[in-house]
Amino acid sequence: MMGGRWREGLGELRRYPSALVGMAIIAALVGLSLYTVIAIPYSEALAQWRGGEVWQRHPVNAGPVWLDRLTGGEAPRTRTVSSEAAEVESRAFEGGRRLRIPLAFDFDAGGFPSEMNLFLRAEGHDQRPFVRLVWQTPDGREIALGGHRLGERERIALSQDRALERRLGGLVPHIGLLADPRREEEPQVLPGRYTLLLDAVVFDAEASLTADLVLYGQVHGLAGTDHQRRDLSLALMWGTPVALAFGLLAAVGTTITTLVIAAVGVWYRGWVDAAIQRLTEVNMILPMLPILVMVGTLYSTSIWLMLGVVVVLGIFSAGIKMYRAMLLPIREAPYIEAAQAYGAGNGRIVLRYLIPRILPVLIPTFVTLIPTFVFLEASLAVLGLGDPLLPTWGKVLNDAQQQSALYNGYYYWVVSPAVLLMLTGLGFAMLGFALDRVFNPRLRSL
Amino acid sequence: MSNREMAETRSAGESPLLAVEGLHTWFELRQWGFLRVGSVRAVDGVDFALERGEAVAFVGESGCGKSSLARTLLGLHRPTRGEVRFGGRSLGALKGRELKAYRAEVGYVQQDPYGALPPFLDVGRILAEPLIIHGVKARAERERRIRAALEEVRLSPAEEYLSKFPHMLSGGQQQRVVIARALILAPSLVIADEPVSMLDASVRVEILELLWRIQQERELTLAFITHDLSTVRHYAERIFVMYAGRVVESASVDDLLDHPQHPYTQALLAALADPDAANATRLREVPAGEPPSLLHPPAACRFHPRCPHFMAGLCDRDDPPDFEPRHGHRSACWLHR
Repeated sequence: MMGGRWREGLGELRRYPSALVGMAIIAALVGLSLYTVIAIPYSEALAQWRGGEVWQRHPVNAGPVWLDRLTGGEAPRTRTVSSEAAEVESRAFEGGRRLRIPLAFDFDAGGFPSEMNLFLRAEGHDQRPFVRLVWQTPDGREIALGGHRLGERERIALSQDRALERRLGGLVPHIGLLADPRREEEPQVLPGRYTLLLDAVVFDAEASLTADLVLYGQVHGLAGTDHQRRDLSLALMWGTPVALAFGLLAAVGTTITTLVIAAVGVWYRGWVDAAIQRLTEVNMILPMLPILVMVGTLYSTSIWLMLGVVVVLGIFSAGIKMYRAMLLPIREAPYIEAAQAYGAGNGRIVLRYLIPRILPVLIPTFVTLIPTFVFLEASLAVLGLGDPLLPTWGKVLNDAQQQSALYNGYYYWVVSPAVLLMLTGLGFAMLGFALDRVFNPRLRSL
Repeated sequence: MSNREMAETRSAGESPLLAVEGLHTWFELRQWGFLRVGSVRAVDGVDFALERGEAVAFVGESGCGKSSLARTLLGLHRPTRGEVRFGGRSLGALKGRELKAYRAEVGYVQQDPYGALPPFLDVGRILAEPLIIHGVKARAERERRIRAALEEVRLSPAEEYLSKFPHMLSGGQQQRVVIARALILAPSLVIADEPVSMLDASVRVEILELLWRIQQERELTLAFITHDLSTVRHYAERIFVMYAGRVVESASVDDLLDHPQHPYTQALLAALADPDAANATRLREVPAGEPPSLLHPPAACRFHPRCPHFMAGLCDRDDPPDFEPRHGHRSACWLHR
């Protein structure tokens, strides 16, 4: 039936390399979306993006691993030294045990960790155990890190120990503890085997005591982390389906309704057309962005509400004028008159005879329209009107802006979402322009 | 049997298929959307009746109201005044389902075959559309009728054409599809608005032959609208000559062409191309002036400003009634007084 012309057109697309590249980009984005939605369920993504404890073993504002690779550096990754792998010495005494837990590790990275925390778990103790920490360096120094009475879950923030910092000559502990003491000016890593010795007194014969020393990396994962230790790859991945869905739904919502309304106006003429035209003219002078800001400020910044407002404001847009201009000559085509003569009703004429005639012109416009709505969503988020719960590309940019990412040198924080946005725009634009040439052959240069 | 004999042997007692009485189709001109500033009198008082199985032609120059008349008969324009009765029922009174049923009874063949076919549908779908609209739900039944229609317009084998789009067909083939579409609902009246004027001279005769044969086989009532008097003789039994929204002369084909009575018809026939070498050196007498404005038509006889027999005080004062200067030959001209 109608398939022939479409199949022909799509077959012809293969002759345009830009269309193939565009389709590949779109396919990759769609694939990433599908993977994300399956791998990280929606509710889990929302829960994780809220932040908090789930991220406590992630570094703050760590760059992505590829950035380190690019600069050829050997910036340390995040590593955890666990007591489970350690050889625990245990000596019993009356009413308890004395444990010596050596957390040993080799450190020879090109830089210092960004932070150091010790996580201790002491479960099932009647009386709180006591632990004394000793830091042993490869060159045989021993630095006492003080003693702590432990709760069930304890986080000892070594990096924040001001007294220790003073003892280390003003170097923050995660640098001072690993630095070569012979070098005065620029601290350098002293490579070798370090041990954090936990000397614990436990007042229980059975209950366990486990410890994890986390040396936070300077780089982390594919996308790095933000100021709340959240892995940016979560937002970048979940941003893809959100952006595509927003762009597609907004484009479908505005194009199809706009087209149908324009066709109805053209077909019925008279006051119907006049009403549609006046409504469009009024709507065209309404500024979309301030209205969205107002709705977002006064009501809700939910992305789906924003989508609704965008679609509603987009229906009576300049597109109506354009489609009307395209449909007016078609309305007078003899085949429309013939259809009336054989009894086609108004609805059928509008939907089956008027609209299909301009669909070929419309499809490229539609494809190139999708990224503009993706960008709109990002712009809204940057303005602080992003969805409060959903991780999106725009929200990442918004966070980056609020944390002065560029000023602080966290380029990756701005670059990764921006690249994804540009890729989306590029993919749809390349496909759209090629479609335009296929369906509107007059655009082809000779 | 000649056309004239057929016209005469037709039973006189039968009620006409289509009766048109005092038909006016005016288009209002408005300013600012509501102020009425005048009317274009496209059809301005037309009476005639078409018998079942009759082929007639409406001739006249462009702008004489032929096409508006056709569209009024098709129910695409509402008559301003007057009545169109089809099988005894008034077209103006039809609504909804009845109007739809009427549309199945009247086929329409248009002038420009390419424009008349939706370019985004293939032939099978184009022919299926009227059937779908008129409730032929069974696909097999639809396909059978589509094939039959294609065979009838000599597009065979039908399979070859079903999946073709209009732009893949020649002008003549396109017009055959248009004719097939007009016939697929088995109408009793077909209105053909200049069916061959946009076609190559070489295929005109084929298409006219085809229409004529189908008219004969189906005993259709066929109303040709044309400005080409040279072909009319072969395909119509009666002719109506229109001028400025009115029928000025009507008669059987042979009578009208051989003995034109109205000065306008005489001028029209005189202007016919005649393949005679002598024409190269002879200047023909053709009435001066242009077709009249339909917005402000001349008073009384519409032809009087151009008429060589203009009688002052009569032709511009009183509308000429239909005279019958010869048997069955009507002419609206004061000359026959």
